[in-house]
Amino acid sequence: MSGRVPLLRLDGVGKNYGNIIALREVSLEVHAGEVACVLGDNGAGKSTLIKIIAGLHRHDSGTYEVQGEPVEFASPRDALDRGIATVYQDLAVVPLMPVWRNFFLGSEKRKGFGPFSRLDVDFMRRTAKGELLNMGIDLRDVDQPIGTLSGGERQCVAIARAVYFGAKVLILDEPTAALGVKQAGVVLRYIVQARERGLGVVFITHNPHHAYPVGDRFLILNRGRSIGYHTKDEITREELTSLMAGGAELQELAHELESTSRTVADELSE
Amino acid sequence: MGQVVVEPSAPAADERLARQSWARRLLARPELGALLGAVAVFVFFSLVADAFLRAESFSTVLYASSTFGIMAVGVSLLMIGGEFDLSAGVMVTTSALVAALVSYQLTLNLWVGVALSLVVTLGLGFLNGLLYVKTGLPSFIITLATFFMLAGGNLGVTKAVTGNVASDSVRDMDGFSSARAVFASDLDIGGVNVNITVLWWLLLVAVATWILLRTRIGNWIFAVGGAPASARAVGVPVDRVKIGLFMGVALCAWLSGMHLVFAFATVQSGEGVGNEFFYIICAVIGGCLLTGGYGSAVGAAIGAFIFGMTNKGIVYAEWNPDWFKFFLGAMLLVATVVNLVVRRRVEQAR
Repeated sequence: MSGRVPLLRLDGVGKNYGNIIALREVSLEVHAGEVACVLGDNGAGKSTLIKIIAGLHRHDSGTYEVQGEPVEFASPRDALDRGIATVYQDLAVVPLMPVWRNFFLGSEKRKGFGPFSRLDVDFMRRTAKGELLNMGIDLRDVDQPIGTLSGGERQCVAIARAVYFGAKVLILDEPTAALGVKQAGVVLRYIVQARERGLGVVFITHNPHHAYPVGDRFLILNRGRSIGYHTKDEITREELTSLMAGGAELQELAHELESTSRTVADELSE
Repeated sequence: MGQVVVEPSAPAADERLARQSWARRLLARPELGALLGAVAVFVFFSLVADAFLRAESFSTVLYASSTFGIMAVGVSLLMIGGEFDLSAGVMVTTSALVAALVSYQLTLNLWVGVALSLVVTLGLGFLNGLLYVKTGLPSFIITLATFFMLAGGNLGVTKAVTGNVASDSVRDMDGFSSARAVFASDLDIGGVNVNITVLWWLLLVAVATWILLRTRIGNWIFAVGGAPASARAVGVPVDRVKIGLFMGVALCAWLSGMHLVFAFATVQSGEGVGNEFFYIICAVIGGCLLTGGYGSAVGAAIGAFIFGMTNKGIVYAEWNPDWFKFFLGAMLLVATVVNLVVRRRVEQAR
């Protein structure tokens, strides 16, 4: 593990917003062909972590290395140029624009020179349709506004876009959060597929049941700190679940719920 | 999942595509409402005003349409990009005054004034954009401020320099006739007298449509208006696009300003106030959403044509022209409701 240079490595990274410490001393490695899961409850610092990796924010302390080189990204464009693509929760799509325009937004394919440089519309339409078909999404019409697609379809467009544009590292921000069981299954299958292709994947989620089957490493965050960083062989699904839910807190909650339901049951039996 | 179908057969897709009715497809165009409106207004005035269908009336209508249409091009692009420019109306006057006053006071060739005016006006557009980008305030507030500053500046500077509310006539100065040929001449096209502004207008609409639909910048304009955060996340230079759009309005203001100078030779410094709303109305009637991200330059051109027809049609019908604004307001209301329906239709399947 230590012999290979990771695609992406964070070491002791921290971030403050004014006097609020959003992230403290977080370390994470992502290798090619691996899925690194970042787990944590709301407000645990997951979003801050992605924003640093994606180049939206700069870290205040620690080091961030891409393929062994320390980096300080000025914009998401810089991160993209290094092969780090992020699929955000809101998917970063423009609802009123057609699917194919969204697919190529920010990386438009052009033909012609100088003032006659124009969009290669046919190529972009065909490519968007083809790439989505490869993922098992058969769109009626790539000219329809992306806002008319279902949540699962939009998610897949966003992932297909990142893969098409040569992402080496794919950062997925809660891709399964808003989806039903079946749709989440499709997205998880796609994460595995990306891993098989040799991509490094950072999979952010608060659902250990989604993370455990696909993950190779697990970073658990709580209140901006790492409370566990394990490889798959070091941790079981149950340990992960209880760690993620704050262990003791969850047990307390279980107790509380149990006693409540007992009271309710008592009342009902009377 | 519902709509995600895992099926390998590609021809099936084409079948379903063919079944989509042409009417639905047409309904999705931003220009449709405006086009229907234009036909309705045309038929209406043809019936109530005998003079409306004459060739010379048509050239008058076209001229009125073009003077507002030129500005509507820049304003519609800016609105698709999600912003307003309330200073657009008085910026035309500022642009005209710069050319007229500087040329006259320094006794320069008028073309020097024209060039200087271009630089100053583009600078004003840049300033609007820069203020918007740097402060993050709504463009409505920023340009409301620059609107008042320019309106006051126009009057103040003109009075200080000429002692009058209008600039001195530049009719006898060097370069007037050649510049007039470019900015304010009349052409005879197929027996119809057409002002050159009509050609400038059509050219601008064509260029703007090309930019919007077939260039990368056009893609970015739709994106920064529709969802700026998403656009930024995929690497679109949102700030530069917005500044560019404000400068686009300025370019149109310069062209309109030059027409003023060379059509009338003197420039009234109080002119232009209120016109900004007419430009916005043209864009909205043409299908631009007030919230950005949707619209077209062709639509705005049709909006300007409706504006021109109504403006002159009321005169030909020998009605009290005071009613013009009433009609305009009513059409704006109808157009906005149509836009609302369009947007709901587009977003319904979320």
